[in-house]
Amino acid sequence: MIAPLSWLKDYVDIDITPQELEEKLFSCGFEVEELYEVGKDISKVVVGHVLECEPIPDTHLHVCQVDCGEHGTFQICCGADNVKAGGKYPAALVGATVYATAKDHKTVEGVMTIGKGKLRGVESHGMLCSGVELGVNENMYPGAEYNGLLVFPEDTPVGADVKPILGLDDWIFDIGITANRPDCQSIVGIAREIAAVLEKPFKAPALDYTEDDVTIDNFKVTVDCPELCHRYSAHYIHDVKIEESPLWMKRRLNLVGIGAISNVVDITNYILKELGQPMHAFDYTTLEGDAINVRRAAEGEKIITLDEDELTLTTENMLICDGVKPVALAGVMGGLNSEIKDSTTTVLFESAKFARDNIRRTSRAVGKSSDSSARYAKGVDEYATVMALKRACHLIEELGCGKVGKLHVDVNTGNSVEPREMSVSIQKVNAVLGITVPTEDIIRIMTNLCFEPKVDGDTLTIQVPAYREDMEGYQDVAEEVIRMYGYEHITPTFLASATVTSGGETVEQKTEMRLKKALCATGAHECIHYSFFSPSDLDLLRLPEDAPERHAIRIMNPLSEEISIMRTTLAASMIHAVERNQKKANLEGRLYEVAKKFIAKELPLVEYPEERQTLCVSVFGEKESFFTLKGIAETVAKTLHVEFEYAPATKTFLHPFQTASISCNGEEIGYLGTLSYEIMDECDMRVPMYLMEIDLEALTKYYGKKAMFTPLPKFPEEQRDLAIVVDKNVSCGEIEKTMKEACKYITSIKLFDIYEGAQIGEDKKSMAFTVLFTPKDEAFGPESVDGFVKKILKQLGKNLGAELRS
Amino acid sequence: MNANLEAIKQEIIAGAEGLSSSKEVYEFKKLFLDGKTGKIGLLMKEMKNIPNEEKAAYGKGVNELKAWALEFLGGLDEKMKAKELQARYEAEKIDITLPAVETTEGNLHPITLVRNEIIDIFAGMGFEIFEGPEIETDYYNFTALNTPQDHPARDMQDTFYLSPEFLLRTQTSAGQIHVMEKKQPPIKILSPGKVFRSDDDATHSPMFSQMEGLVVDKGITLCDLQGMLDKFVEKIYGEGTKTRLRPSYFPFTEPSVEVDCSCFECGGKGCKLCKGTGWIEILGAGIVNNHVLENCGVDPNEYSGLAFGIGIERTAMLKYGINNIKMLFESDVKVLGQLNDK
Repeated sequence: MIAPLSWLKDYVDIDITPQELEEKLFSCGFEVEELYEVGKDISKVVVGHVLECEPIPDTHLHVCQVDCGEHGTFQICCGADNVKAGGKYPAALVGATVYATAKDHKTVEGVMTIGKGKLRGVESHGMLCSGVELGVNENMYPGAEYNGLLVFPEDTPVGADVKPILGLDDWIFDIGITANRPDCQSIVGIAREIAAVLEKPFKAPALDYTEDDVTIDNFKVTVDCPELCHRYSAHYIHDVKIEESPLWMKRRLNLVGIGAISNVVDITNYILKELGQPMHAFDYTTLEGDAINVRRAAEGEKIITLDEDELTLTTENMLICDGVKPVALAGVMGGLNSEIKDSTTTVLFESAKFARDNIRRTSRAVGKSSDSSARYAKGVDEYATVMALKRACHLIEELGCGKVGKLHVDVNTGNSVEPREMSVSIQKVNAVLGITVPTEDIIRIMTNLCFEPKVDGDTLTIQVPAYREDMEGYQDVAEEVIRMYGYEHITPTFLASATVTSGGETVEQKTEMRLKKALCATGAHECIHYSFFSPSDLDLLRLPEDAPERHAIRIMNPLSEEISIMRTTLAASMIHAVERNQKKANLEGRLYEVAKKFIAKELPLVEYPEERQTLCVSVFGEKESFFTLKGIAETVAKTLHVEFEYAPATKTFLHPFQTASISCNGEEIGYLGTLSYEIMDECDMRVPMYLMEIDLEALTKYYGKKAMFTPLPKFPEEQRDLAIVVDKNVSCGEIEKTMKEACKYITSIKLFDIYEGAQIGEDKKSMAFTVLFTPKDEAFGPESVDGFVKKILKQLGKNLGAELRS
Repeated sequence: MNANLEAIKQEIIAGAEGLSSSKEVYEFKKLFLDGKTGKIGLLMKEMKNIPNEEKAAYGKGVNELKAWALEFLGGLDEKMKAKELQARYEAEKIDITLPAVETTEGNLHPITLVRNEIIDIFAGMGFEIFEGPEIETDYYNFTALNTPQDHPARDMQDTFYLSPEFLLRTQTSAGQIHVMEKKQPPIKILSPGKVFRSDDDATHSPMFSQMEGLVVDKGITLCDLQGMLDKFVEKIYGEGTKTRLRPSYFPFTEPSVEVDCSCFECGGKGCKLCKGTGWIEILGAGIVNNHVLENCGVDPNEYSGLAFGIGIERTAMLKYGINNIKMLFESDVKVLGQLNDK
């Protein structure tokens, strides 16, 4: 909310500096996001009276003797075509700061300091300025946009600072207004708060005017959609003369960012900013049937707005119509057919309260916003509608641009918010705060905030104005009191009356953190990716049409297609993370993420989807392999005190012969493998990447499983190295499984060598294992381990065609 | 002394002259002292040829010679070994300024680090940790939190909708309701998690993390809120850090406050980090709105509550001096590798 200081001063005496006011506003809940003087970049520019003005031969320049009053008389060279002896212009003294402009004399390029200079050999002690050089436009001062000097009237005092004359000495407050205080989205609303915090009287804007007898017989306002239009009021103005607004009004509109258009339109904009009530002005002669009808648009109905845009509407949009046709899109923008023109002589002012949600939705749906729609979307109050109409009539008279007719309509559709009385317990107010605010202070504060408080024992009774819809009970009173009394009065206590509770993380949360730390210990960094991804990621993963991953939950209003569906796999985000790393020439690394996959039973959602906690790990680089990643899988298993089994598997995005499924107690819980060459290529990866995903949700049933101590064997263990020759396609897992089945004393099998070569024949390989035998209840006899080995070899031969390597 | 013995002694003395390593000393020693086969051992075998009356003297002489040789050669061995060790050390001199061999430990994400730190602080105050779902219903995310359909506060946070009813939660406050529905006071919970808003620019990420805290009990006041947060900022930003409350607005708290902490960089004097104000905005908080308590079946006449919400990314960025929020989600190993803060 932009508020110029000069405007605020109309309604409250402000006798502190702008900076002090900023502090005061901050303390009572209004953060000033920006505070600056309008002419912050302009200094040492005064009214100069040109005494003599002689052309410099062979140039377009003039050399002038400029009387700057108390500052002295200076010789200044000037290139403007409108400089002449006797004229009064802004004169920037040596050391002054003004805006530097480009060659077009219009575009501001920065701030410059005026120094002594020489133009064509002639000394110049200052500069005569244009409006642009002072940051002033036509709305701030007439003639300011002329491509030459800004001209002051003859009676302007010589040597005076130009800033007050041009309105540059004003201050702008850009104030953040919280959503509970839409009443402060106006100059008057802010002024009311300032009056309260400064404990000064609030001076309400003038609403008086004189009505004549001119009216329109049988004029009728009907509201067909009371749920969207809570109040509609209108007033008729005749003998209108459309002209420019006076300087003071144009200047104020300019300061709050609105360009002046014409007196009648400017009045509506002025009131929007002043009172926070959007208004609209119709050219009455364009209205047919002497009627206003507020209704929902028909499906597909069209309207051309005053910016000459044709919009197609739905029944969710609200139209203002005359007796025949739509004339405005309610709350958003007027229709082209009824706009104020230079020839307009009769006007109907509209001031209404529309449902804020409807205006916001319409504005978004049709892609059109205005100061009015933005204001409605925040919520306007009940009584500002009538007040605004009165203010408009007052301003019509003040500007002398029309006569106020008798026709006044005010339709209240029964949804009004009225002023109300509220009683609260003072003790409860203090109980919220934890301190005791003296009752006289509570009375003083509530009086300053226009609540007309009365106290009877513990009961505080206040009158809540209609514009304070946010006031509901003692908690709200507590907030009003403390924001004015001061938060510095709060004395910190540490949960003085609270019950002692035991806190901390659940077993699941603790286990997950243990898992994360174990993964860090393998050299992997934790990363966090967005919970959403792109439909194109499903294609990147080459997932078939019927893959469950494609059954993803779609965001109805995504920021972009890139992040438009909820993740059904963490793989794609991880591939992109590695892709980004490799693009930055980070050619090795280990990453993991623990996040949720979103599995919907039905789309669109009708119940909460399943959110499955999932682990995704990736390793990349020349030093990495399928087996380094498998090592990390084993770390996961060890950390959770479970065992994983691996079986060959296929995934559309992984190497067809370097992929495994991971199972735990027979339940498949994930996969790991080497990223396919197609995807490596598509993502411009230079080094291989290995990827693993584990469904942690399926493992939570094992969380909390304790590490148990197994007593060390009482009798000596024995170890044997066995080299076995098998067909190439026999897997290590099969061999290990067969060995374990053949002998119950095996407690560890470790592969230490694989050999392939002519010596052992084609299609064969030799695998060498260290096998550890641990005795149970009694020591191994001298021959027993040899017996085990024989049995193992026999079983290997029978099941896998394996032989002992000779 | 037997001339033989004397000759061996002289042989040892002479031979020792030419020895230059402990290995040579060992070999030389073996020559004389290797059990019964060394030269001194052989002297003992001579005993049978010695006349009886000389036997005692001879035996004594051999033993003395043996003791002397052991000591003499032992001393020589020690000297050699000391010399050799010194040489070995010298040969192994390294340039200690050569680069370190990198250790390969990975790091927790800065968001996790901050999450853990905050959880530690509040767990010590008796808070339980509750993680709600990322996909929420409109009811839990807004309506139950006193933000009905047309409430202007819904404008403050642009929401990603998945269906008319389901959405991506915009605030971890949604978790409050789930807990209060299941549990009667006293309640002390902390809800960390990801939240989502339709906002993506230099300083906003469409996904970020929050930590919501809630206390519901008898007689909870604004003084308790500040007292608890004072303890929190001291622990996370260092001793002497103070809080300041200023009025704000959230639909689910009343009064609502914005909480600033005194700038931990400059101690409140004013610096670049605090933009010269001496204060840094760290979280939003307030006294739980009675409507919210009522929505969850908690009687506001008996209980009151306080709630606060901390932006984790912001805390992490302040703590670690990270200036770009996007960096947290890019997974650059060079970035992640820096924040080793277990």
